[in-house]
Amino acid sequence: MKMTVRLVPAGALAVLLALGVIATDVAVQAAPQAKVIKIRAKRFDYTPGNITVKKGQPVVLELTSKDVLMGLNLPDFNVRGDMIPEKVTRVRFTPDKTGTFTFVCDIFCGSRHEEMHGTITVID
Amino acid sequence: MNNPIDRRTFLRLTGLSGVGVVLASALPGVARARDDDFYFLQLSDTHWGFEGAPNPDAKGTLPKTVRSINSLEQRPDFIIFTGDLTHTTDNPVERRKRLSEFKSIVSELDVKTVHFMPGEHDASLDNGKAYQEFFGKTRYTFSHKGVHFIVIDNVSDPRAQFGEEQLAWLAAELQRLPADAPIVVFAHRPLFDLVPQWDWATRDGARAVELLMPYKNVTVFYGHIHQEHHHMTGHIAHHAAKGLMFPLPAPGSQPNRTPLPWNPAEPYKGLGFRSVEADVDEKSYRITEYPVVRG
Repeated sequence: MKMTVRLVPAGALAVLLALGVIATDVAVQAAPQAKVIKIRAKRFDYTPGNITVKKGQPVVLELTSKDVLMGLNLPDFNVRGDMIPEKVTRVRFTPDKTGTFTFVCDIFCGSRHEEMHGTITVID
Repeated sequence: MNNPIDRRTFLRLTGLSGVGVVLASALPGVARARDDDFYFLQLSDTHWGFEGAPNPDAKGTLPKTVRSINSLEQRPDFIIFTGDLTHTTDNPVERRKRLSEFKSIVSELDVKTVHFMPGEHDASLDNGKAYQEFFGKTRYTFSHKGVHFIVIDNVSDPRAQFGEEQLAWLAAELQRLPADAPIVVFAHRPLFDLVPQWDWATRDGARAVELLMPYKNVTVFYGHIHQEHHHMTGHIAHHAAKGLMFPLPAPGSQPNRTPLPWNPAEPYKGLGFRSVEADVDEKSYRITEYPVVRG
């Protein structure tokens, strides 16, 4: 999302200058609104396990666990967070490439730990 | 023994000629048998307690391996098991039963010195408590004929990391050694990011490698990935060993790290153990891979 800052009317310029605030004739790129995705882990899966996001749009993952301490590691975007029962861990990233990427539990959580994974698909 | 020997002689002495692949590691050189040369065996990922289609002989593979080793014509100086002795279970009683059964089976090895270390399947669910009841410390050092061996633990913390305290311990152990000391590190997980998407990494492994980097002659042997693999971080060679329960796919070759299927036409394919022949003068190691069953 692009936000344009309009030029300030001449009459107000002096006031703004006096306040130390100046608007220039440039277009300012505002940060797109982040997409918030809640992911809950339980032994031995993630809900949801497959997520789709847009390239360039910031993503906030809200991570929690239903039962034991687990992790979510998304190496392709250098993103990881602990998933703690009754707590929310927030991790933020902005996908800069398209494709489907695997995330895994990186805290050994039990007999089917190695089956615990999900995917994030990034589209244009 | 002062007679120089070559690879062929070594294989004859071990009685395993023609069944393995030899890789000269670290510094190239021709192996010579001298009083201070020696060899050891690396066994890894026995996963005792595993049941499933990837190994229909799950209860027979380890005993067969023990028999193969006991039939070697020349005893190794020692054996190291690089973790995942047992397959994980959520039941602490069953975990101890598996550890006990494993210990009983390998007690049949006709080798005087056997070293152990845990894998995440043995230790990550209870921070190594059950493992230590059977096998003692999860990290330690020993020396053999001038080579310094360092066993490090990147599995007792379920986060797959060494942690500050262990890194400080490693730094202190290394500080006592000269920069040209021959050093062999045993670990379960890779110290480098092999495939983090498969959890084939150690979270703070790079810090351990950083501590090792000032030393000129460092070689790492590890397990975890159930296949032979060789990798360099700078001048440090890292050699992964085959497992003894089920092989895993080549790093990153498929979306998930599921065991490779058992092939009835080639039973035990992808499984095995290795010998490591140390040439102390050359500070080099000659690796030979062997199958479960001797042909």
